[in-house]
Amino acid sequence: MKNNVVIETQHLVKEFPIGGRKFTALNDVNLTFGKAEFTGVVGPSGSGKTTLLNIIGSLDAPSEGKAIVLGQSIGDLSHRNAARLRNEHFGFIFQTYNLFPVYSVFENVEFPLLLLTMSAADRKQAVLDALEWVGLFDKAKNRPAQLSGGESQRVAIARAMVKKPKIVLADEPTANLDAKNSHNILQTMEQLNRELGTTFVFATHDEKVIQYLRRIVTLEDGRVADDETRE
Amino acid sequence: MVTLKLAYRNLVGAGLRTWLNVAVLSFTYVLIIWHQGLFSGMYEQASRDYIKDEIAGGQYWIDGYDPYDPLTLEESHGVILEPIESLIKEKQATPLLIRQGTIYPEGRVQSALIKGIDPDQTILDIPAHRLSSDEIHLPVMIGKLMAKRNSLHIGDEITIRWRDANGTFDAADGTIVEIMNTNVPTIDMGQLWVPLKRLQEMSGLVNEATIVVIGKGAREPKDLPGWKFKGHGVLLKDINDMIKSKRFGGAVLYVILLFLAMLAIFDTQVLSIFRRRKEIGTLMALGMIRSRVIALFTLEGAMHGILGIAIAAIYGIPILIYSAKTGIPLPSTGEEYGFALTTRLFPAYSAWLVCGTIFIIMVTVTIVSYLPSRKISHVKPTDALKGKLP
Repeated sequence: MKNNVVIETQHLVKEFPIGGRKFTALNDVNLTFGKAEFTGVVGPSGSGKTTLLNIIGSLDAPSEGKAIVLGQSIGDLSHRNAARLRNEHFGFIFQTYNLFPVYSVFENVEFPLLLLTMSAADRKQAVLDALEWVGLFDKAKNRPAQLSGGESQRVAIARAMVKKPKIVLADEPTANLDAKNSHNILQTMEQLNRELGTTFVFATHDEKVIQYLRRIVTLEDGRVADDETRE
Repeated sequence: MVTLKLAYRNLVGAGLRTWLNVAVLSFTYVLIIWHQGLFSGMYEQASRDYIKDEIAGGQYWIDGYDPYDPLTLEESHGVILEPIESLIKEKQATPLLIRQGTIYPEGRVQSALIKGIDPDQTILDIPAHRLSSDEIHLPVMIGKLMAKRNSLHIGDEITIRWRDANGTFDAADGTIVEIMNTNVPTIDMGQLWVPLKRLQEMSGLVNEATIVVIGKGAREPKDLPGWKFKGHGVLLKDINDMIKSKRFGGAVLYVILLFLAMLAIFDTQVLSIFRRRKEIGTLMALGMIRSRVIALFTLEGAMHGILGIAIAAIYGIPILIYSAKTGIPLPSTGEEYGFALTTRLFPAYSAWLVCGTIFIIMVTVTIVSYLPSRKISHVKPTDALKGKLP
């Protein structure tokens, strides 16, 4: 990886078949994301934000071009290797939290660690640390149904951060939250970004998120319309 | 191990849905084992009674004797050979002479088998000693079904006609001295038991027999010239075949129960996969490979079977033990069943029956759980996260 680049897209194209025709979601996207960036991909609905995050996160493959993440070309990864990459190096935060309803908060946060080789004691400590980061230490035994939207999203952040991944991808993380909760979780993520050096990439069109971003990539109709860095 | 842990968490977390399925499965386990235990008990009880009253340790048959062909009876007799004779002297065997005859109960004509048995024998558990009366010219013992069908009672006289060794007809009046309480219809229906020596004299076949019943634990029998040894395998084959045919009929209930239980599991699995589409996507996003997700869902289904065993054990073992001890009252006796049965049937549960039932149900539950889960192998994580399934 050159100059701390963790994600690089080269002439990235993604097309979806729709009713016998092809819809181009991403068109010749060339971007690089460095270590510890706090970046947002913004744009209107249908501009390709989620598609870009899905490809970077190895949940989908490019139609043309390349997406190189942590030195690995996503399009060339087998299903098994893509899963391993996600498991070891990615944290995902979804708009609808996607917590497991039958698990407690502790178990939800613990889940990604169960897929890694880790001792039970280390796992427990890591989960407690993650819950401490997001301020939900006292809710460890609760079920997701007993949490507010803001608390649920903080559990999702803890789950994404518990294994200290290199990259966190957050798709519209504040869409279901009120202003106060949105600011809370963004402050949490920003703090974790600074403390742990994790690269955060957001897909959002929420102004509350945009004000926290240090770099904003604007997508329009699948193309990069603007790429602004601010400090 | 992790998949097992997750499957258990999911299963317990699903609450009522899980316990309803587990209840259905546990009921299936208990009912199938109980029902199959009835047949096993039926076979054990019938075999025990046949061995006790008719077969003992096996039988020597004179060549040509066929119990299902009355025409063979005229010629089915022979002199008892020395090796068998010594067994008889040692009270390890008892000879039976079987002749075809006719009786006239209440003026009706009825064919009957006349069986001569030594009143002093101890091989068969039937009251043959009652035939040792010196005062009665021809003492006769019959079974309870024979007595019931022909309205015969102790002390009644019946006219018996038979043919001797030369084919000459002869007749005599016999007196019923005993009505034996046996569950074995093949020594009861249409049969008269008389003293062996008397029948040998009546038919001019002195020191001859049709079959020789060997006592349990007698010396290893082997075929002799003119005599063939029949062991339990041959002699219990009919009863075994009969129980098998009844067991096959009972298999309908087995299949229906299994089908209902599997339907419940299949339905749960289909519903579970449909409801948890986003969860499947999340599992994949968090790094779980498809085959492991399929294994997780299959294991969740299969664990219904394991929990079913646990619950079935809690209430099933006492029920099964109780029914094995007290028995199940039967609406009719062996007369209707065609083989030896008492008025209570005691189910018998072998380890093979219990383990076999558990194995069959577990394999079926696992297959039924796997079938809907296969769908996951075609799922793209991005589609699953959007709640789409192929």
